[in-house]
Amino acid sequence: MNPVQAAAGLVFEEPLLWERGRPGRTGYSLPRRDVEETPVPEALAAEPPEIPELSEVDLVRHYVRLSQWNVAVDTAMYPLGSCTMKYNPKTNERQAALPGFALAHPLLPEALCQGALELIAALECLLAEITGLDAVSLQPGAGAQGELAGMLIFHAFHRRQGRPRSKILVPDTAHGTNPASAALCGYRAVPVASGGQGILEPEAVARLMDEETAGIMITNPNTLGLFEEHVAEIARIVHAKGGLVYGDGANMNAVLGRVDLGRIGVDVLHLNLHKTFATPHGGGGPGAGPVCVTRQLAPFLPVPRVVHREGRFFWSEDFPLSIGKLQAFWGNFGVLVRAYAYILSMGANHLEEVSRLAVLNANYLRVGLRGDYEPAHDRPCMHECVFSDARQRPHGVTTLDIAKRLMDYGFHPPTVYFPLVVPGALMIEPTETESKEMLDLFLAAMAAIAAEAREQPELLREAPRRCLRRRLDEVQAARKPRLTGSPPAP
Amino acid sequence: MMRYLPHTPEETAAMLAAVGVDDLERLFDVIPPECRRTRPMTLPGPMSEWELNGHMDGLAARVTPWSRARVFLGAGSYPHFIPEAVRFVTQRSEFVTAYTPYQPEMSQGTLQAIFEYQTLTARLLGLEVANASMYDGASALAEALLMAVRLTGRRAVAISRAVHPLYRRVAATYLDPAGIERRELDFGPEGTTDPARLADAREIAAVAVQSPNVFGCLEPLAAFAARAHEGGALCVAAFTEPLAFGLFASPGSLGADIACGEGQSLGIPPSFGGPGLGMFAARLAHVRQMPGRLVGETHDLEGRRGFVLTLSTREQHIRREKATSNICTNNSLCALAAAAYLACLGKRGLRDLARLNRDKAEYLKRGLAAQGVRPAFPAPTFNEFTAVFPPGFRERYLRLAENGLVAGFPLERWYPELSDHYLLCATEVHERADLDALIAEVRP
Repeated sequence: MNPVQAAAGLVFEEPLLWERGRPGRTGYSLPRRDVEETPVPEALAAEPPEIPELSEVDLVRHYVRLSQWNVAVDTAMYPLGSCTMKYNPKTNERQAALPGFALAHPLLPEALCQGALELIAALECLLAEITGLDAVSLQPGAGAQGELAGMLIFHAFHRRQGRPRSKILVPDTAHGTNPASAALCGYRAVPVASGGQGILEPEAVARLMDEETAGIMITNPNTLGLFEEHVAEIARIVHAKGGLVYGDGANMNAVLGRVDLGRIGVDVLHLNLHKTFATPHGGGGPGAGPVCVTRQLAPFLPVPRVVHREGRFFWSEDFPLSIGKLQAFWGNFGVLVRAYAYILSMGANHLEEVSRLAVLNANYLRVGLRGDYEPAHDRPCMHECVFSDARQRPHGVTTLDIAKRLMDYGFHPPTVYFPLVVPGALMIEPTETESKEMLDLFLAAMAAIAAEAREQPELLREAPRRCLRRRLDEVQAARKPRLTGSPPAP
Repeated sequence: MMRYLPHTPEETAAMLAAVGVDDLERLFDVIPPECRRTRPMTLPGPMSEWELNGHMDGLAARVTPWSRARVFLGAGSYPHFIPEAVRFVTQRSEFVTAYTPYQPEMSQGTLQAIFEYQTLTARLLGLEVANASMYDGASALAEALLMAVRLTGRRAVAISRAVHPLYRRVAATYLDPAGIERRELDFGPEGTTDPARLADAREIAAVAVQSPNVFGCLEPLAAFAARAHEGGALCVAAFTEPLAFGLFASPGSLGADIACGEGQSLGIPPSFGGPGLGMFAARLAHVRQMPGRLVGETHDLEGRRGFVLTLSTREQHIRREKATSNICTNNSLCALAAAAYLACLGKRGLRDLARLNRDKAEYLKRGLAAQGVRPAFPAPTFNEFTAVFPPGFRERYLRLAENGLVAGFPLERWYPELSDHYLLCATEVHERADLDALIAEVRP
């Protein structure tokens, strides 16, 4: 089996838009002018900005060429840990593009948007059922905004109790956004070290938890791909001091249909629809980060909320304890449509199967890699497995080199140097949509790279060689930032 | 079998054997009983693809898109024609199904596209640098005010009441828990905010003004910038309709330090309010306090031009709680659509489209005035304006809406003092006959 998936083919150099443009061209067909011109007051008028002018064919060729410089889930396995780069079903694109959804104005009178309101209400119910929590807001526009919503709910809850708090516990395996979101609410993040097995120990939490601490932020399964088995005990400790438990649901893909977040003691959870629920990542967004809460915290959810009365759906602002609004309108509706379509396509049984196969795939890679790479924790994992470069470093080869060499084999690299608790981490999440033969190719590529690291380490250090560009100088980019193109010639 | 799940029973069995467990359920042994569900999930489905189409068609049919009705709504989301070439390139699956370009050698397409977006955004807004985009216009405004607080060390901001009310509410959500004071500047009878009301520029981090504002009126941005700068404060210019800068002076050219707002107008369908595009531009001197991702130009080992994410020391994966923002992605695909849309128009196309938008709105304004329906405010406007409809129009509004004519947005919902004030939007998608129909329907 030849593990090299990459083939050298013809791709094209492509200049920047303004290098391609020529004054006098256009790609746009202006709708017919059927009203007269109204003069613009001279004091207000300005020269339009210097936007390059391209014909339609230039425009299309420009972007099609750029697109060919990307590797994406639709072109190759993309095992970026904690990002859940699963296949994005095409039917979901069709649904989001329906004129009733894509061309709906957010301020339509409720009588004219019943279908959209019903979809929002229905998706809230589905996510509540999937998580085991009681109420859901779909407004947050991304995971980090869902997290912020969660922290704002903590803040509002404690203030309502008459005792604002100043600190929050954040495990050392947390996503980087966790402390940043907490800081926006004025909370000081107190790190909690995970135990020797990569798992949070209740004693460590008990030592730090006090009545100045708003609660804890837990990612479960955690960023080492391990299930936090003491989470229920930790929740009891936090609740006993009047704190709340925040669940980062970024890794929900591992536990669909298995875990009841409400029973565990999670009070607030955010989901990433662009991970678990198969909406596309879009090169870095847009996503959606719904926030799910217990009944006790439902009054604090963002507004407006959809309510159902006498067979009709309405927006309601009648939630005086709400944290307020996070987006101008109601959230990333176009993303919500896709996630809703995904859940309906799967049903309960297939969603459970998703987690089984995601965990099976991750363990299959874990077992297949541990002969060549050093596991962070040699124990069964959930949806992802974490290795390090400990066995390659003696050959002068680092995680970065391994990642770059994987490109030459035609795979997107895993997440690297995260979680921070594992030096030189390689965090691998295959997801359930990769087949056994693709995983076998990945394992063969990783084995070949391990052999190269021993015998021809320069192959790794000089990688990638098959991409459009060799390694890029990131130091130069930061030292002398060039963040926009040159101004056009006068 | 399910079409997204490739495993055959034989493969599953072989993989389980490799892992050393005899049953898929054993993979979950680590989950303690007290964490488990007590009953299986109860969900509808699974639906076949054909069934799903029917179900979704049914829901979508119970929403009135602007393409099937005479909808004169703007107020932060604008109906514009999206050329098929723009839609087509935005749907290339190499863009759609990639993630944040962490590995630049495999992501040069997204990176160059975002670099181009940053450049066109900076030019459109008249500032030196733009980020890779944010969630939406409202959260961009909130982040701009937080940035001004970091830059000045002052803990109060002033916000015009003619800034979109939903944007002001988002700003409140972000600022209040951090203990940052919000002071409001009222608007006057012209429909604009009077710079003379800004008396406390020495105490505030920034003054935020939207132009065109929520009533459609152009604000005296240059005067605000001058007063803010006298007091050492920043001028934050918000916007909801960036097409206006194809015709009117850009926020940066009028002295704004930060321009932030919604880019949905630029090739992004309204989608019931999202996803949109938070556009954000600032002065180069302030770039290290700017939130959001940035793409920068560099070169590879062989000296060829390439692009990378840069200045990430501002960001949360390195700075954690000291980060400039908790935002860790952008609305990349929407940014790509905006850049493609702008390039599709080109400089003159942008000006012609902006002019057509204004002319449609002016036609509507004149037509209504001829029927005795006066504009509420005298200040100049772009493609939306506020009109005072006959008293008690509300009932007619609902009846017209049921018949597929949405006569603008009733501003009373946001400003109780503005009863019978309706915000009307007309763009290139409204034909003269549509405008005439509206004029005929609101006759007193």
